[in-house]
Amino acid sequence: MGQRIDVNHLNVYYGDFHAVDDVNMVIEPNKVTAFIGPSGCGKSTVLRTLNRMHETTPGAHVKGEVLLEGKDLYAPDTDPVAVRRDVGMVFQRPNPFPTMSIRDNVLAGVRLNNKRIAKSDADDLVEWALRGAALWNDVKDRLDKPGIGLSGGQQQRLCIARAVAVHPQVLLMDEPCSALDPISTLAVEDLIGELKDEFTIVIVTHNMQQAARVSDTTAFFNTQGSGKPGHLVEMADTTTIFSNPQSEETENYISGRFG
Amino acid sequence: MRTPDFDKFKPTRSSLAARKRTDMLMRVLIYAAFLVAVIPLVSVLYTTIVHGITRFDWYFLTHNMRGVVGGLYPYGGILHAAVGTLEITLGAMVISVPLGIMTAVYLVEYSAKKRLHKTISFFIDVMSGIPSIVAGLFAYSMFSLIFGPGTVNGFVGSAALSILMIPTIVRSTEEMLSIVPVDLREAAYALGVPKSRTIVRIVLRTALPGIVSGVILAIARVIGETAPLLIAAGSISSTNFNLFSGRMTTLPVYVYNEFQQGMASCPAGSALGTDAWGVCVPGIRMERAWAAALVLILLVLVLNGIGRLVAKVFAVKTK
Repeated sequence: MGQRIDVNHLNVYYGDFHAVDDVNMVIEPNKVTAFIGPSGCGKSTVLRTLNRMHETTPGAHVKGEVLLEGKDLYAPDTDPVAVRRDVGMVFQRPNPFPTMSIRDNVLAGVRLNNKRIAKSDADDLVEWALRGAALWNDVKDRLDKPGIGLSGGQQQRLCIARAVAVHPQVLLMDEPCSALDPISTLAVEDLIGELKDEFTIVIVTHNMQQAARVSDTTAFFNTQGSGKPGHLVEMADTTTIFSNPQSEETENYISGRFG
Repeated sequence: MRTPDFDKFKPTRSSLAARKRTDMLMRVLIYAAFLVAVIPLVSVLYTTIVHGITRFDWYFLTHNMRGVVGGLYPYGGILHAAVGTLEITLGAMVISVPLGIMTAVYLVEYSAKKRLHKTISFFIDVMSGIPSIVAGLFAYSMFSLIFGPGTVNGFVGSAALSILMIPTIVRSTEEMLSIVPVDLREAAYALGVPKSRTIVRIVLRTALPGIVSGVILAIARVIGETAPLLIAAGSISSTNFNLFSGRMTTLPVYVYNEFQQGMASCPAGSALGTDAWGVCVPGIRMERAWAAALVLILLVLVLNGIGRLVAKVFAVKTK
C-alpha cells in the first residue's frame, strides 16, 4: 500500500542559492499527484527532496520537514539510503544498467543490496515486476538480453519495473515520458493509472494534458524569475486546478497566457 | 529596415570547389602522415624479427646464462630474464593497480571540490613526470633504509616500476570513471543502494573494460624499463624464482648487458661459425640481445591480446 507524505515549511538550498521557498503540501496515499510549472520553478527539486536524492548534488540542503506516514525523512537518525528504499524514483531519461540483462536489471535493487535470492523467488519477482510495468509480454522470451537493447519506451518501463521490484511505498517520477514517443507515453500513462493501486505516485511533468490525464491532484509551482526561489502557488484536485483555479497565476499558466 | 539579400550570404560555386580541393589536400596529408608514422614501427618490427629469429628457439627460452663463456657452447638463454620480467611486472601490478584504482575512485567519487583533490591531482602530475632512473634510485634507497644497505631484489624493482605505473593508472581510470553517466549512479541510489556499493557494482563494473585497457597500457610502458631495474633488481646469470630475495635479471636489462659486452671472445684456433660442438660464435651476444628484444615485443603483444579479450568479455553489449 502507498503511504502519505506531509511536507511542512520545506525550503531547499543549493549552497547559498535559495531554490525553493516554504512549500507546504499533503500527498495522499494511493493517488497520483502531479507537479506542474515552468522551467526553474523548483518542481523537480521538490520531487528530489522527497527521497533525499537532491543530496547527491554537493551543497544541497533543506530546512523544514518531510513526513512519510508521520516519520520525518530529515530526522538526524534517518538514513538517506533507507529512505530511498521506501521512496523509489523513475528518471527523465531511461537509465537501465548497461552491463545487466533485462532480468538482472529488475533484480538489481535486491541484488545490489547484497540479498541472496533463490532462483524461484527471483523468477517470481521478475515476472511480477515486469507484468506490473506492462513489459512482460514484450520481453518474456529474451530476459537474458541486455536491457539497453530495448526501445526507449520499453527501457523506461524496465526502469519502472526495476523501481517497483524493491516494493517502495511511494514512486517518484521525474518527467518520465519527456524522452518518449506518443505511443510509449500512452503505455507509461496507462501504467501509472494501474500502479496507484499499490503505490503513492508523484509525477513531475511539463505536459499539462498529461497531468490532466493521469493525476488526481495537481500542484502548480512558479517562480518570480531566474535567480528567485520557486514556490508552490496552489494545489488542489486536478479537475479544480484545470477548470477553476484559485490563483490568477495558475489560470494564466494552464491557459497558455504568461505574466 | 531592408530585407537582407540572402543570395549574398550563400556559398558561391567557386567556394564549393575550393572546399573540395581542401578536402582532397587534407585527405592526402593525413594518409601521408599515417605512412610516416607507420614506417618506423614496421622497420623496428622487421629488424627485430630478422635479427632475433636466429637465436629464438626452445633452447633459448628454457636456459639461463650460467656457465656461458665467450662464444662457445653452451650458448645461453633468457629463462632467468623472462621469469624476472614476469615476476617483477606482476609485483608492480599488485602494488599499483589497487592503489591507482582506489585513488581514482577517491578523486572522482568522493573528493569533488575538496582541497585534498587538488593536492592529490597535483602530485599525480608530478609523479608522472618522474624520470624512471629516479624512481629506481628512490626504491633502492628506501629499501636500503628499511632493510639495510644494498638490499637489491625483484620486489625493489616492482616498487620502482609501480611508482611509474601509478600515475598512468590513476589518470586513465579517472577518465573512465568520469564518463560513466551520472544517471546510472542516481538509478542505483534511487533503489536504496549505498554509495560504496554503487561505486563497486555499477560504476567500476561499467568502466571495467576501459580500466583494463589503461592498466595494460601502463604495463606496456614499464615492461621495457631498464635503468630503474638495473639499480633496484640488479642482474644475475642464474634463474631466481624468489621475488623477495636475491638479484633478478629482466629482459631489458638482459638486452642491455648483452649489447654492452660487444663481440664474444673466441679461443685462438677455434672454429668460427654458427651453433655446433666446439664452434665459437663471435656475434652471439648481439644475437641474444635481438632475440630477447623479440621476446619482449611478443610478451607485450600477448599482454595486449589478453587485455583486449578481457575488455571484450566485460564490454557493454546491446544485443
